[in-house]
Amino acid sequence: MHYHSEALIKDLSAKAQAYRIQVLKMVNHAQSGHIGGAFSVAEILTALYFHHLHIDPQRPDWDARDRLIFSKGHACAMLYTCLAQRGFFPVEELMTFRQLDSRLQGHPDRVKCPGVEVCAGPLGHGVAIGVGMALAQSAQAAGAKPSARSAPSARAARGRTYVVLGDGELNAGVVWEGAMAAAKFKLGNLTAILDYNGIQQTGASADVMPTEPIVDKWLAFGWHVQEIDGHNMAEVLGALDRADEVHARPSIIVARTTKGKGVSFMEYDNRWHGMAPNPEQFALALAELEEGALQWQN
Amino acid sequence: MAELNTPELVNMRRAYGEALVKLGASHPDVVVLSADVSNSDHSYMFEEVYPQRFYNVGIAEQSLIDVAVGLAYSGKIPLANTFAFLLATRALEMVRTHLCYGEANVKLMAAYAGLSDSFDGPTHHAISDVAIMRSLPRMAIVIPSDGVAVAKLLPQVADWPGPVYFRLNRNEVPVLFNDSYAPQIGRAHQVLAGDDVTIIANGMMLARSLAAAQQLAVQGIAARVLEMHTVKPLDDEAVVRAAQETGAIVTAEEHSIIGGLGGAVAELLGERHPTPLKRVGIADRFAETGPYTALLDRYGMAESDIVAAARAAIAMKAGARRIFA
Repeated sequence: MHYHSEALIKDLSAKAQAYRIQVLKMVNHAQSGHIGGAFSVAEILTALYFHHLHIDPQRPDWDARDRLIFSKGHACAMLYTCLAQRGFFPVEELMTFRQLDSRLQGHPDRVKCPGVEVCAGPLGHGVAIGVGMALAQSAQAAGAKPSARSAPSARAARGRTYVVLGDGELNAGVVWEGAMAAAKFKLGNLTAILDYNGIQQTGASADVMPTEPIVDKWLAFGWHVQEIDGHNMAEVLGALDRADEVHARPSIIVARTTKGKGVSFMEYDNRWHGMAPNPEQFALALAELEEGALQWQN
Repeated sequence: MAELNTPELVNMRRAYGEALVKLGASHPDVVVLSADVSNSDHSYMFEEVYPQRFYNVGIAEQSLIDVAVGLAYSGKIPLANTFAFLLATRALEMVRTHLCYGEANVKLMAAYAGLSDSFDGPTHHAISDVAIMRSLPRMAIVIPSDGVAVAKLLPQVADWPGPVYFRLNRNEVPVLFNDSYAPQIGRAHQVLAGDDVTIIANGMMLARSLAAAQQLAVQGIAARVLEMHTVKPLDDEAVVRAAQETGAIVTAEEHSIIGGLGGAVAELLGERHPTPLKRVGIADRFAETGPYTALLDRYGMAESDIVAAARAAIAMKAGARRIFA
């Protein structure tokens, strides 16, 4: 396990909470969007974009970059926030979310928006697309020498593929088609992170379409599995490092999370999957999130 | 018609496999994916030569496309192989979202198209695939008519800057072309000159249209035959010119008369140059199990159907003259 300093953990945790506030403002401004799943994935995306991924916002098409496939595309307000804060496009642009002429479409558009690797929204695509990207990366690693454009380290020269999944999308069969293929092709360079918040559009996943036993399922499909608290930044960082060290099989991090995390009346409530707040709700939510941010100060 | 050879047959699957192997040599970025039917569509021939560039994802057509998408976004040129009906129906959402909207440069190798998997029956026939694919923004559709056409068009499909639906016949089909044939994606190809009516055809129906034209010639009717190997982007100018110069149009395709080549030509002429038109194809119904050529004959795609359509279109032209004179 790699060492992660308290300062790093505190900084990333503070960022994740700040980005929840940003997402709340975006969805409130657009009066449209998906808050619940954006809040649950905050620590995961922040860990990836601000610490773990080998990426260069100045060169979004850099060949040897790590690829992050955001498969749960509806929660893209958090993706856009991370991309903007990481420097892929101006932070001011975030408030154009879901507006006419915006690069920040209702669901991510890879052609329009820098840093977005795949179009997403229709659920279930991430794992299988990730298989294709990881296959290409391993073919490059087997064949070509690092090019002049590549970073110097061997690790960065080949890149890895990361897929952020929602648990609702596990209902879709193509997820499991991709999961089988990833194991068949022994893709040790593929890591999936499951934002396991337990809630989907019309209710609890356990009622809509039970996914348990989730760890056993992925093990049975030939994956390396870790189970963590997806809001604990130290656990998220540690699991990402550990997954990078798994050889010859794909890896999944089952991150237990809370849908709507950080706002008491949104947590565990499927209605906040795709609802915009009214002015009163907005003020209440903002106050709670700002209070939650205090713990990461000083 | 100088480039036409004497009728002999070519195995289209073998022609495809051979073209694929050649493509592997000329295009190092090409990778080939299969949904476990490589011995059917003959993509196994590529696997034998380039095993490191061949991926069998199992009987999983949605994953087939998504895996290809990941490879395409990484700079490869993936050719996804399975039966036409599966690409156009089961995998359609993947095709729409990633190939068309997301601009993934994936080529769809649509095997066993039309009624060519005849004995496997309507579950395996593909009679709506061109209509489905044609409605998707950015999708190109290319339909070769013989083995030479497969060999000449496949490298162009690989080089085309975007997704292509390459529609392939399962069976032996008449050899039409020799090496002087020089098709270009997006350009119609006049195979036979004539001024009384134009027959616009592709795939297996090109051979039947040429045979029909011979029958019409005996009856004193000079039919022009246009090969429209590219249904999208359609060569609009060639179609309009044919309408202007011959005044009657017949389309002939191994597909439903709804939404395919006939639909494309009808839409274009309706707006640009209204012209008497007859569509030869399957009349909005499912076929059945049976021998291939017998099925084509039974379901509206016999030579005699093309001849009758041509005569009907010419009669409509005469009727139109009477009305507007």
